[in-house]
Amino acid sequence: MSTLTEAPPPLAPTEPARKPPRRRGRLVPYWLLLPGILWLIVFFALPMIYQASTSVQTGSLEEGYQVTWRFATYWDALSGYYPQFLRSVLYAGSATILCLVLGYPLAYLIAFRAGRWRNLIMILVIAPFFTSFLIRTLAWKTILADGGPVVGVLNTLHVLDVTSWLGMTQGDRVLATPLAVVTGLTYNFLPFMVLPLYTSLERIDPRLHEAANDLYARPVTTFRKVTFPLSMPGVVSGTLLTFIPAAGDYVNADLLGSTDTRMVGNVIQTQFLRVLDYPTAAALSFILMAAILVMVTLYIRRSGTEDLV
Amino acid sequence: MTNDTGGDVRLSGISKHYGSFTAVHPLDLTVPQGSFFALLGASGCGKTTTLRMIAGLEEPSGGTVHLGEQDVTVLPPYKRPVNTVFQSYALFPHLDIFENIAFGLRRRGIKSVKKQVDDMLDLVQLGEHARKKPHQLSGGQQQRVAVARALINHPRVLLLDEPLGALDLKLRRQMQLELKRIQTEVGITFVHVTHDQEEAMTMADTVAVMNAGRVEQLGSPSDLYENPRTTFVANFLGTSNFIAAEVDSTSGDDVVLKAGGGKLTLPAARCSAPATTGGKVLAGVRPEKISLTHADDAGGIPAGRNRISGRIAGSSFIGVSTQYVVDSPVCPEFEVYAQNVDRDERLVPGADVVLHWNPAHTFGLDAAQDIDAGIQEEAAS
Amino acid sequence: MTAVNWLKRNLVVIAGLLTLAYLLLPNVVVTVFSFNQPKGRFNYEWQEFSTAAWRDPCGVSGLCGSLGISLQIAFWATVGATLLGTMIAFALVRYRFRARGAVNSLIFLPMAMPEVVMAASLLTLFLNLGAQLGFWTILIAHIMFCLSFVVTAVKARVMSMDPRLEQAAQDLYAGPLQTFLRVTLPIAAPGIAAGAMLAFALSFDDFIITNFNAGSTVTFPMFVWGSAQRGTPVQINVIGTAMFVVAVLLVLVSMAIGNRRKKHKA
Repeated sequence: MSTLTEAPPPLAPTEPARKPPRRRGRLVPYWLLLPGILWLIVFFALPMIYQASTSVQTGSLEEGYQVTWRFATYWDALSGYYPQFLRSVLYAGSATILCLVLGYPLAYLIAFRAGRWRNLIMILVIAPFFTSFLIRTLAWKTILADGGPVVGVLNTLHVLDVTSWLGMTQGDRVLATPLAVVTGLTYNFLPFMVLPLYTSLERIDPRLHEAANDLYARPVTTFRKVTFPLSMPGVVSGTLLTFIPAAGDYVNADLLGSTDTRMVGNVIQTQFLRVLDYPTAAALSFILMAAILVMVTLYIRRSGTEDLV
Repeated sequence: MTNDTGGDVRLSGISKHYGSFTAVHPLDLTVPQGSFFALLGASGCGKTTTLRMIAGLEEPSGGTVHLGEQDVTVLPPYKRPVNTVFQSYALFPHLDIFENIAFGLRRRGIKSVKKQVDDMLDLVQLGEHARKKPHQLSGGQQQRVAVARALINHPRVLLLDEPLGALDLKLRRQMQLELKRIQTEVGITFVHVTHDQEEAMTMADTVAVMNAGRVEQLGSPSDLYENPRTTFVANFLGTSNFIAAEVDSTSGDDVVLKAGGGKLTLPAARCSAPATTGGKVLAGVRPEKISLTHADDAGGIPAGRNRISGRIAGSSFIGVSTQYVVDSPVCPEFEVYAQNVDRDERLVPGADVVLHWNPAHTFGLDAAQDIDAGIQEEAAS
Repeated sequence: MTAVNWLKRNLVVIAGLLTLAYLLLPNVVVTVFSFNQPKGRFNYEWQEFSTAAWRDPCGVSGLCGSLGISLQIAFWATVGATLLGTMIAFALVRYRFRARGAVNSLIFLPMAMPEVVMAASLLTLFLNLGAQLGFWTILIAHIMFCLSFVVTAVKARVMSMDPRLEQAAQDLYAGPLQTFLRVTLPIAAPGIAAGAMLAFALSFDDFIITNFNAGSTVTFPMFVWGSAQRGTPVQINVIGTAMFVVAVLLVLVSMAIGNRRKKHKA
């Protein structure tokens, strides 16, 4: 009987075998990183090194190439192709500014004024991506066609006179001119401007606008002093996401331009895939990369934004 | 539970460092089975770290954690018979209420959870919300889900990390009573971390006041309030007035102090400072123990009471009582709470008054500490 | 006066809608011209209405084959980049480790590099290694440039996740694997899905890097590029229009389902 009423003996005070201090997953992060980082090292970083070495080689396709530290290739590439470099910067820069000017109202519209249409407009901004960008770029050939309605309107409004005088168009044509290339670049990279702008605008508390209005700021002042400064992260990442791919692009210049609108991308592509002058192509590509990295670094430092990604 | 000490939580010499910062100094603490225990302190005092070490979410730098007779110091959280109600609840947003509550049972391989979950939903009065997602519930409802999700596992100890912090005042009061009811009903040991002294005093049987990684004082709420042993505890729990004084003499069970020109008496048992003649002592008294009499009527004050004269510097009427601030030579801002029973119209700022109280309500503290300890922290929380 | 005020107040709306029109104009043209019956080899001028191309979308040799290759590559590139990228994102958010700065730069640089530079340097590598250009080199390249975008998308989601959710799971008897499968993964899923969708779109539509590293393999964008030189069949517009419509429908349907579920639950 007594055994029933007695409480069971307490568990023997266990002396748990003390494991060495738990090293909960000290190696885990490295295993997680390994495959992806290895991929990037082998297929992104290593190729850069190969390319650097190619750019200082001499030789020919038939006899093979040797590293001879011929830095003159860089000089030749720069002096031979500086117009294309300048054009790249000029076209990409104009496209970036146009994207900012055109994209800001759209991003603002989606963030603050779209109401229940917000999702629909977002879809309409993103959906064109699903039609191959080459097909869409080709559509500009139709839109800007000689004697077409767009050219007609521009002509009647004497816009073409102004742009010809600026050297952006020639005669009655838009196609195969710098204007066409910049139009195409602007069009192609506009969503890359709108989306980051929208993201940073959307984070702004609308009450800040009310507060600014309450503190005697007119709408324009509110925008200048409150909205725009707060959207700076979006402006910075938007301009980078537009400028970088635009500067290296050769599709728009090829499809919408002429031999007079060739950009550095066109040169690299031709040298690599048609002329097969690998050292020159590698040197050009290296210069482009270096130039963009320098510009991006300076830009980021000036605008003081650190988290771009 | 098969044995009586199965729900005891025993911390022996437990400590936690982060680099050179010590979050918890070596700490011994026993929480008896079935009690409602509160760790009270300002943010950063080490109370949450202590709780997380019991839960297994934080590895102690030294010392051991025992549950009953079992040493659980090295057990990961998912092997400890302990459950936590997290700050801001940490309900799984992708699971509905039913699945949130069933989570622990399912992880332990229990197949038929319906009955238990339904019972638990009834206990916290959320039966009709079983298929909603957490974000569709109000704060108070989410809080009850968090409690149910932990309790359904019949833990030996339930840990609550600021469980009511996200609720508004009224709901908080209601949930305090609710949690107390649940604890009485299920009889599980509760360890409750909070920065709210009223919450700790309302709910807990035993309160440990923590400050800078150490337990300052441990006891029942009334004991802590009436007999604080440090200025931190005296200020953190409610409000205290302090008079810097000097021991004049000891007579029987009383200590007589000299303060300014007058004398104050306090029971020797309530003096935590050494009562040697000439020694410095802080004499403390709670504002609500003090009576306020206009100087013209001072003759009517019974003999044997501690008395101090002063002048009213300010007063604020807050309904049930009026709070006065009185300037006196021995203490610059004496706080006095007077019940609004028979209001004396003469007690307005500028009036000369006499403060008097029963000597038994005086407590004595070591003068070698900061008079204002614990005030800032409470105001900040 | 009221008209001027109205215009003033809605200036930004009008400007925004004009930009939207600019963005959509080419899609309208692509759609309209999918019903064209061009006279010459190029489909740039409107001739007459015809549904011939819609009735025979694969009528041009090589077109549907290239579409198949593109879809295959996009699928595998998505799988690869999502897997590797998700792992990196978790490591970056959840663990402390050495060389974090170097890892972050290695993730960021591919996104800050003109495609033509990556394309050319990768080709240099493949030529040096004597690799056979084709399906596999394209896939390798696509995983490489999609990876960073997946990392960014997943990282954002995992960073916004309350670490207490995982602690709660552990507290409720879920071991590390169970915690990951039952809590971490489901909550990170929208970020992973966003990263995967981005990877698919980027890979499917990539031309520049593919053009350098494809050898004789022809993806859909390369087919379009080639036809821009030789003659553009109407079927290209058919495919482009169909993709646009399918994408919009998919999004609308998923949104409708989401709305209904919300209403149903509330």
